[in-house]
Amino acid sequence: MNRTYELMFIVRPDMTEEDQDKLISTLESAVASSSGNAKSVEKMGKRRLAYAVRGFREGIYVLLTVEGGGGLIHELERRLRVTEPVIKFLTVRIDEEQKRLDKIKKIRESRRKTAPAPAETGGETAAVTA
Amino acid sequence: MADETRPATSPAEGTSGGDRPERRPPRPGGPAGPGGREGGRKYFRRKKVCKFCVEKIEAINYKDVRLLAQFVAESGKIVPRRLTGVCTPHQRRLSTAIKRARNIALLPFAGRAS
Repeated sequence: MNRTYELMFIVRPDMTEEDQDKLISTLESAVASSSGNAKSVEKMGKRRLAYAVRGFREGIYVLLTVEGGGGLIHELERRLRVTEPVIKFLTVRIDEEQKRLDKIKKIRESRRKTAPAPAETGGETAAVTA
Repeated sequence: MADETRPATSPAEGTSGGDRPERRPPRPGGPAGPGGREGGRKYFRRKKVCKFCVEKIEAINYKDVRLLAQFVAESGKIVPRRLTGVCTPHQRRLSTAIKRARNIALLPFAGRAS
């Protein structure tokens, strides 16, 4: 199952840098053990929350992009739920949306330069039917 | 072959009621009724267009708070299509994105993002 998911989670603002790194590395090892692939980790830094979550008005956002199946996500979400400093998380599947965007981009590009279009459209229809 | 649902074609229909306010002075004392809401508009109404179609924004991402905040009222509500002019396909994606952003505390459920 090669689906791509995005896990965004918020940890409490008083969490130290090394604790965050530790948490992220445990998540990554969990991904690896479920034969998934952690594509990227992005610490988005401290942000003000739009509403209070567990009494916190701000939090540190972390974005994790992984490839894998539903079982992996299940495991990751379970881990996030039991990890005490994580105050909120959200998982979004992004591969289908990305596929749609790539398709639109391709169509636009082939419209822009009509000269090399025939070769372009051949690959495009293949991508559509796939 | 590619069944592309063109979003660009639909926003024109969004203002179907727009050409209704025709001049109708001889109408003595009739109750306004349901149509009275639309009639008698004197100010010039600009034709609304879908921002996403015009600027060719295809990716409506929940992380893009700047973009989403334009379509959220002060109270935190999603602004309806009839006010913003966003076409149906884009409004659908927009509302999903706003709801996701709310879930992860990027946007408020109610009230201003303090």
